[in-house]
Amino acid sequence: MVKPADAEIWAWLDQVPDPEIPVISVVDLGIIRGLSWQGETLEVAVTPTYSGCPATRVISMDIETALRDRGLNDVRIKTQIAPPWTTDWLSDKGRARLEDYGIAPPSPAGGPERCPHCGAQELARISQYGSTPCKAQWRCTSCLEPFDYFKCL
Amino acid sequence: MSALFEFLLRMGDNTLVLGHRVSEWCGHAPVLEEDIALANTALDLIGQTQMWLGLAGEVEGQGRSADDLAMLRDVWDFRNLLLVEQPNGDFGQTIMRQYLFDQFHLLHLQGLKDSSDERIAGIAAKAVKEVAYHVERSADMVIGLGDGTEESHARMQAALELLSPYVGEMFNSDEIDRAMAEAGIAPDPTSLRDAYDLAVAKVLGKATLKRPEGDFAHQGGKTGFRHSEHLGPMLAQMQWLQRAYPGAEW
Repeated sequence: MVKPADAEIWAWLDQVPDPEIPVISVVDLGIIRGLSWQGETLEVAVTPTYSGCPATRVISMDIETALRDRGLNDVRIKTQIAPPWTTDWLSDKGRARLEDYGIAPPSPAGGPERCPHCGAQELARISQYGSTPCKAQWRCTSCLEPFDYFKCL
Repeated sequence: MSALFEFLLRMGDNTLVLGHRVSEWCGHAPVLEEDIALANTALDLIGQTQMWLGLAGEVEGQGRSADDLAMLRDVWDFRNLLLVEQPNGDFGQTIMRQYLFDQFHLLHLQGLKDSSDERIAGIAAKAVKEVAYHVERSADMVIGLGDGTEESHARMQAALELLSPYVGEMFNSDEIDRAMAEAGIAPDPTSLRDAYDLAVAKVLGKATLKRPEGDFAHQGGKTGFRHSEHLGPMLAQMQWLQRAYPGAEW
């Protein structure tokens, strides 16, 4: 078998959407930590976002399926927990897409920079948690719309 | 049982039992946001359990998985602190239990990040980020409810009095703790007491709550010598499916 170049594999993986937030890819999310070949087996190192995130298994399955569709049948997913995932690994493309989708991207200040709907900076926190482990709920006090904030971790 | 295996069971059983307890709120919390927050906290704890008990099974070397250890052991094999198996009570009691544990959990994991065992250091580095978020929230809630209405203050004070006798067990070192400390695997829990007391005093002060006097401490959870009467019924609920239908998967 002719092994595809790593860049090509990364590009394929960049088309695998996050199951919970489908506008960003698993590469944008920063959870693909590396590719390596063990003989004919491609090993993909994946790190979980939150340790209990229920999407983790689906993500591994989606990665395997996507690579198999490209002719890579011998794939092994390796879970790698160290170093721990951080939202610093989100790509710039991913951050921009999150905001377009209505989710404020993480910010080291501990809260969203601006409302993803109207851009106002008058914001209030509704809850430290949200519909997935990686999100919190905020509200814009200017346009009054609630929105998700991707927590900084 | 090796000391390392026993230590890992303590780590995993704390997060498992507390995670299950907190998950009992799912669909019952006073408001939707709190329901979601509690469910997410439970999820983090269960996720951490998979790592701790997964490693415990590996260290034991008898082929037991994290699921086997969680679902097929009985009360006397559990090594969790008595604090985390205490029933939820009212919302205030749940939050107080969470805070008293979170504050310890954070200090413990911060020490474990430097473990001489890199597998343990890796799990701790992952878990500590989640737990820092837990304690931020539970401390906030203790302050908000303690320094809240007359009703919420009274309930938080009652919860503190009920749960305080379970604090001491976290810091009582035994031969397992000493073996771990000597090997540089884990901090001796006794050494965390001052930092804990300082942090708790700060939060309780802001919450206008008074820690009861005396340092009586119930014992027997982490050694497995004598759990409270509450763990058995909890395990019956948690484990019945695997007991009734061994090996069931979906």
